[in-house]
Amino acid sequence: MNKGFEPNIVGFACNWCSYAGADLAGTSRIKYPPNIKIIRVMCTGRVTPAFILKSFQSGADGVLVAGCHPGDCHYIAGNLKCEKVMEVTKRLIDILGIGKGRLRLEWVSASEGGRFADVVKEFTEQIRELGPFLEKSQG
Amino acid sequence: MNSEEIIKDTKAYYCLGCGVCTSSCPVARVIPSYSPRLLVEKTLLGFGDEILSDKDLWSCLTCGRCTSRCPSGVDYLNFVREMRVEALAQGQEGFFAHDRILNTIMELQSLELQQDRNFWITDDLGVAKEGEYFYFVGCLPYFDLVFGEGGFCDVGLLSIERARNTVRILNKMGIKPVVSNDERCCGHDLLWNGDLEGFKRLAKLNLKTIKESGAKKVICVCPEGYVTLNRDYRRFLGEHDLEVIQLCQLLVGELREGKLEFIENDSGDSKKVTFHDPCSLGRIADIYEEPREIISSIPGIELVEMERNRADAVCCGTSGWVNCSSCSKQLQIDRLREAEAAGAEVLITACPKCEIHLSCAKYNSDIEISIKDITDLVAENLA
Repeated sequence: MNKGFEPNIVGFACNWCSYAGADLAGTSRIKYPPNIKIIRVMCTGRVTPAFILKSFQSGADGVLVAGCHPGDCHYIAGNLKCEKVMEVTKRLIDILGIGKGRLRLEWVSASEGGRFADVVKEFTEQIRELGPFLEKSQG
Repeated sequence: MNSEEIIKDTKAYYCLGCGVCTSSCPVARVIPSYSPRLLVEKTLLGFGDEILSDKDLWSCLTCGRCTSRCPSGVDYLNFVREMRVEALAQGQEGFFAHDRILNTIMELQSLELQQDRNFWITDDLGVAKEGEYFYFVGCLPYFDLVFGEGGFCDVGLLSIERARNTVRILNKMGIKPVVSNDERCCGHDLLWNGDLEGFKRLAKLNLKTIKESGAKKVICVCPEGYVTLNRDYRRFLGEHDLEVIQLCQLLVGELREGKLEFIENDSGDSKKVTFHDPCSLGRIADIYEEPREIISSIPGIELVEMERNRADAVCCGTSGWVNCSSCSKQLQIDRLREAEAAGAEVLITACPKCEIHLSCAKYNSDIEISIKDITDLVAENLA
């Protein structure tokens, strides 16, 4: 299916956990697909539905949001706020016809370099299965 | 269009400089630096390019108060719209509210996506795939996610109940309307924010969807949708043979024929309500008396008027999700206080956006008046 299709994935990673987790994956020389373009945010609580929609509008095939495990948030509850927002965002992109499978929220701590790589691998495969979001984003 | 063409097209050269526009403008009352007269005069004096980068260009509410009062017939509404087209081409934008999410939703709808917007249709509602009447739902499913319970900007509204109530009313009247999953945003906000191309894309897709359903009559509840489909689609895409009807017009017709019956009020109490004229419904579409006739005919409801009513009504404070500011809040609070001063317990409006904006202002204040849409009021009282 979709031979030669390389998904374009935008990843929003929180500064304190998931971005450090991605760093650890790199320094530990764990391989993960280069399809993800990571944008560092101070907290996943900063990620709004507008970020997600803008990513899809700009040609992303999938969006991954990664933050601290519940209870570990540097700002106490930013990740929980994000979880609530993402729930509604998933409904929104479903109604819009983008499909909720293209958005994923994951908790990755700073020590979980291996887990970060696994999440990216798995999500890239999922998006590869789903195919390009818009035909034009392939070009 | 360059400044000179805009002057010709909107007859701005007739400007007398009298200042009726600026003194009528609700924004100018709150932000003294904003002046419709100044923007027109600057353009006439050859400084049109200067106002393209002026942030005040986006403060206009396109409420039409100035245009309706201008003694020499300058079309300020289209002056602003055309200036915005030029400004947008130069990369200028207004300050978008809600992180620009609503505008992004509109832009995404112009792509060929298979939406799932009919999630609200329950089994008790009679809708069809093809038929004579097309119910144009508009943005309600999206408003529900953004402003509804648990939404991003929860102001406690149940927008989608409006859509259900509309179908219930239509069913009572013996109409089984077409509701399409392929319907899109009408494009009103894109048009008035200067994105003419985006508007045309949406308009073409909507006309195609409506025509494919075989419908000849389109029922709009949202006044902006009504004006856009009825006037702007014809203006920018050429004549179409659809009859566009605003729900109030349809209801008044039924009412006058005695076909619309309301629940009798035996208690003898009467509730005072007031009607807030949405700009698009009043000044732009010239529908003033129909909603009043409907409200007055409901037993147990007494209609009182606010000081500024009908053509003098003020805008709900923002338009096109752009430049929502302290000025907007001030206008909204003033309007709600005006309704309270008129002695009303409920403020009735006919536009989902007026309801959103006024509810937002009420949410952050100690004002107790409740806000209700005329469709919901009718549905609740229908026998």
